[in-house]
Amino acid sequence: MKYVDEFRDPEKAKSLLNAINGVSHHFDGEGKTPLQIMEFCGGHTHTIFRYGVEQMLPEWIELVHGPGCPVCVLPMGRVDDCVSLAERPDVIFTTFGDAMRVPGSRKSLLQAKADGADVRMVYSPLDALKLAKANPDREVIFFALGFETTMPSTALTVLEADKEGIRNFSLFCNHITTVPTIKAILDSPDMRLDGFLAPGHVSMVVGERPFDFVADRYQKPIVITGFEPLDILQSIWMLLEQLVDGRSDVENQYARIVPSDGNMPGLDAIAQVFELREFFEWRGLGSIDHSGVSIRDEFARYDAERKFSVPNLKIADPKSCQCGEVLKGTIRPWECKVFGSACTPETPMGALMVSSEGACAAYYNFGDLEALLAKQRSKKIASA
Amino acid sequence: MSTSATQIPQRQRRTLHGDTITLAHGSGGKAMRDLIDDVFVGTFDNAALESLEDQARFPMGELGENEDKLAFTTDSYVVDPLFFPGGDIGKLAITGTVNDLAVSGAIPKYLTCGMIIEEGLSINVLRRVVTSMKRAADEAGVLVVTGDTKVVHRGSADKLFINTAGVGVIPKHIDIGAHRAEVGDVVILNGHIGDHGAAIVDARGEFAMQNTIETDCQPLNGLIASMLDVCPNLHCMRDATRGGIATVLNEFADASNVGVRLNEDAVPIRSEVRGMCEILGLDPLYLANEGKLVAIAPRSGADVLLEAMKKHPMGRDSAIVGEVMEGPTGRVVLATSFGGERVVDMLVGEQLPRIC
Repeated sequence: MKYVDEFRDPEKAKSLLNAINGVSHHFDGEGKTPLQIMEFCGGHTHTIFRYGVEQMLPEWIELVHGPGCPVCVLPMGRVDDCVSLAERPDVIFTTFGDAMRVPGSRKSLLQAKADGADVRMVYSPLDALKLAKANPDREVIFFALGFETTMPSTALTVLEADKEGIRNFSLFCNHITTVPTIKAILDSPDMRLDGFLAPGHVSMVVGERPFDFVADRYQKPIVITGFEPLDILQSIWMLLEQLVDGRSDVENQYARIVPSDGNMPGLDAIAQVFELREFFEWRGLGSIDHSGVSIRDEFARYDAERKFSVPNLKIADPKSCQCGEVLKGTIRPWECKVFGSACTPETPMGALMVSSEGACAAYYNFGDLEALLAKQRSKKIASA
Repeated sequence: MSTSATQIPQRQRRTLHGDTITLAHGSGGKAMRDLIDDVFVGTFDNAALESLEDQARFPMGELGENEDKLAFTTDSYVVDPLFFPGGDIGKLAITGTVNDLAVSGAIPKYLTCGMIIEEGLSINVLRRVVTSMKRAADEAGVLVVTGDTKVVHRGSADKLFINTAGVGVIPKHIDIGAHRAEVGDVVILNGHIGDHGAAIVDARGEFAMQNTIETDCQPLNGLIASMLDVCPNLHCMRDATRGGIATVLNEFADASNVGVRLNEDAVPIRSEVRGMCEILGLDPLYLANEGKLVAIAPRSGADVLLEAMKKHPMGRDSAIVGEVMEGPTGRVVLATSFGGERVVDMLVGEQLPRIC
């Protein structure tokens, strides 16, 4: 298939792996700990598992699967608010499919739907707006979710609704921002990451410059990365080159999609409709300053939180859950106390088990767990 | 074929009036008799139905001449929309049950037809569905010999639900079972995967895509008969409906306590289906099929088997897609085209809401 298979060519993969293995003497050897490279974005995590990229890499590279799965990091209290909005009899609640399964403290949206709530899956906020026009006697709420990637389409939908004077449409806004979150990870005391694969689609909107601080202030190399498996391997190779040279730059591997200044119309729409929240609560990571956006006052009539009262209760993550440590790379997913026992994709306790893009769910679903554990054991024996 | 010992006197069939199904058509009175006579007896048109008894009757001798086991199955069909490219709920209800019988090695014989109809359904729609069932039954060489009709209040069902049960007979010496996969066996598929699932997604029109994907809905009993001719010692066989080929292979690996290694490059998939999966983030290994079987056969007979399958119109694109390994037991591992490996587990929930 054109424009797809080119980016999955096994021969090219082999030559990139050869190049990666060619610099192993810089990173591998006695007394050295494996390099830790974080892919921030859940889409990258998915590609890595879907194509088996992780097992192709040498043992001295450890991939740390970051918090970039917006479905995973949604705190339980917010899901409860969703459910309470969806359960209003006058409401059609629209959502991306992935969010349907996220457990709240009482139930998920999927369960709410089974109990009679009118919850519908959409692929775009514009579909939700269309529903609002077709059902003028009901309120259509769109569950706005995601990083900067999905923000422009939500913002443009609000602007469109405003232009057309549609009043039975609103957002339950849970959009989150990338940069403050990467900063929070870099500031955490137990952090020991060596480099980042930056999210390609977020960068398509925000451009390259917002990541400068990673290279400048924190002296970590960072490569904006595409979502095909060759993109991942090439970006890892680009990171290694930086490390070998002792550089820390922002590089753009995904230049076929990401313009260095980002997407101006998209950024304009975001700026018109949204403003930064003081802080936003994340599953697994806790509260992070300026890590979410809310709807500006002039569009308050499109804000479901202001239109309807939501419980807005804080619900703490379960105590035994170690998602935060996994997200920062302090422990690997299978080293968590509850991985695969109390916490499984059927009954997820923690953020990372919730969606297939979450690191723990990915290991559970796609990984050969026994092989990974064996690898872990042999490493322990070797280093003992 | 005769299914009744006594001759039934000729009678005048009743005619159905009106445009839509109402609760009266399920009440047991005259309207229901009109419906049954005109739509079901008239269309399926066989002696067993004509007698309007509460059950179908067939002589034992005819069933068991060369066979020593009866196969018996049931399935319910709830697809939305009722009509989709290449098929409809009626065709699905016949082929699905025929295939459930056939993959055991059975020769499908008789089917039942239970219908739950939401009041307000157009009688024309019902006629189209039943006509399609008759055509599919003729193609598969089975008779619909008894049935039941219920009409429920608007909102209590979604337009039309169909249940079909079926009986077939299994020839002597055929022993197909999920527990029989052996290390070294090969995994064979009879063609492109995911057509049905993709056609349904497309037909719902939720994603505003324009496509030409048709369901693969087809009876497999003819193909299976020609497979068993050349390879009577087939180890495992199932039709890969909901959950796709990934689910079937997991069932085999689990029941036989072996591992299955699947070769992504070898799995036939149409580029339209692949394209849709790429856009929507679906995995074609889990997409539903309605005319695809997954078989596990001894390696020694695999070439002859593959050749026989390719000669049959329903197996033209057959391929050997994997092999049975010692381990990891109970797991399916995919060797990706990219050169990596991953485990293909059972799905936790559904990939798509309500396929069929």
